[in-house]
Amino acid sequence: MSDVYIVGAGIHPFGRHKDKTGLEQGIHAARLALADAGVDWTDIQFAFGGSDAAGNADAVLPHLGLTGIQFINVKNGCATGGSALLSGCWAIKSGEFDLGIAIGFDKHPPGAFNPDPEDWGLPRWYGETGLMLTTQFFGMKIQRYMALNGITPQTLALVAEKAFENGARTDHAWRREPLGADAILASTMVSDPLTKFMFCSPAEGGVALVLASPRKARELGRTGVKLLGATVRTRDDGSFEVFSPSLDIERGPSPTELASKAAYEMAGLGPQDIDIAQIQDTESGAEIMHMAENGFCAHGEQERLVRDGATRLTGAMPINTDGGCLACGEPIGASGLRQVYENVMQLRGAAGARQMPGVPRTGYSQVYGAPGISAVCILGAG
Amino acid sequence: MTKAIPVAPDLFEETADGVCLIGGRRRADGRYVFPLPSGASAAPFERVRLGRTGRLWSWTVQRFRPKSPPYAGPPESEPFVPYAVGYVELPGQVIVESRLKVGDFSTLRLGLPMEAVAEAFVVGEDGNKVATYAFRPVAEAAP
Repeated sequence: MSDVYIVGAGIHPFGRHKDKTGLEQGIHAARLALADAGVDWTDIQFAFGGSDAAGNADAVLPHLGLTGIQFINVKNGCATGGSALLSGCWAIKSGEFDLGIAIGFDKHPPGAFNPDPEDWGLPRWYGETGLMLTTQFFGMKIQRYMALNGITPQTLALVAEKAFENGARTDHAWRREPLGADAILASTMVSDPLTKFMFCSPAEGGVALVLASPRKARELGRTGVKLLGATVRTRDDGSFEVFSPSLDIERGPSPTELASKAAYEMAGLGPQDIDIAQIQDTESGAEIMHMAENGFCAHGEQERLVRDGATRLTGAMPINTDGGCLACGEPIGASGLRQVYENVMQLRGAAGARQMPGVPRTGYSQVYGAPGISAVCILGAG
Repeated sequence: MTKAIPVAPDLFEETADGVCLIGGRRRADGRYVFPLPSGASAAPFERVRLGRTGRLWSWTVQRFRPKSPPYAGPPESEPFVPYAVGYVELPGQVIVESRLKVGDFSTLRLGLPMEAVAEAFVVGEDGNKVATYAFRPVAEAAP
């Protein structure tokens, strides 16, 4: 089994780009990643690519070059980007390949997603009676969590305030204006207890990462960032997930808890060894719950940690240093790869105005979404 | 007086005690599910009336009109009236998702005793009301 290095990273800014297709944003990111790695497309031996709503990922091929390489399209819900990366890692680890690329891009229409019940194996009445909204799920999950763990609405607002503060320092972020906690709390209530500015929005963007074997990474002189662990896990019977007309009374672990535990084991590390983390923040509550699900604190400790600024850029455990989904938006195919891109920049000390103080030695990322899937990736300085 | 037509067959039924949801109980292990699986996935389950009462497990309020389709509530031309939704734990059985029939959203809290009722949520094109199930706080049930 081979180690895996991330030798190149490229991003197309997230947000709204009226005159560009999702595909074009993916191509842009791929070209930047290749240049960053110092390689040509003709050197690439394999590709995994994902897009949820912007067409087939392998449509990048005529633009980058029809070199005959294997290109596998990945479609795996909100973990599409994370799954493309994981697939690429296994390809390198297998020993079959020395150099490959993971590409993710997307372009979603504005506003909440409107899913078709039948696509989810659900009866029509579930959508007709107004129960089939992701925003309701997020509201209900954090509502219960807050009541059981002593989390206040002020803490939800502080999470979003920090996201916009970091986004203002980040070139690839969508929302670049800071916004205070009071304004966040006072914005339109969307799904109690979550207000408009506590939710991320569907967006557009593209990210690509070039992966290499140790031999190739040394040859390229790019051994700075090594992959220590990468996992994808799906839901357990007792997990609370979106679009569930009923739940078992006996509750079980979340897919994030399963993916996190497996990734720590693979890396031979624990949460105490992590210097910086990018975790799924579809809304403010998700960041709070994922802090505990990824092992960074006990349930309920978030109230004090967030209030004391522990998760800010200058805090003891910086989280979502590029503003996360709240400031970048969520193009599904690219979102998980953006988190890894951000950790690569931070580990290189190349994150500019948002660089955390003291270059981190380890970076953790976790993407989560429908229908109950979580992907974790742990990077280390090479 | 028009009749309220259930939004789907075998979703809930009126009993002498009031409205019951119809669920499934898996013969192999006694696990309860809602709604009752149909078609090819129905075989492992027996049809059961679920308990009428339970406690609020979590809740939120739908503050904007959901997109149509799939939403089939009152048309966009009418002002949207926010509605509460939640999960209700039916003891010893299952936690079910439901619209909540409640006047004052600020009274909702975890553990609140709830009971199943029918609720007409829209008037169909044929002029008949379309009914679904809902849960309301037990305290508000008094006449």
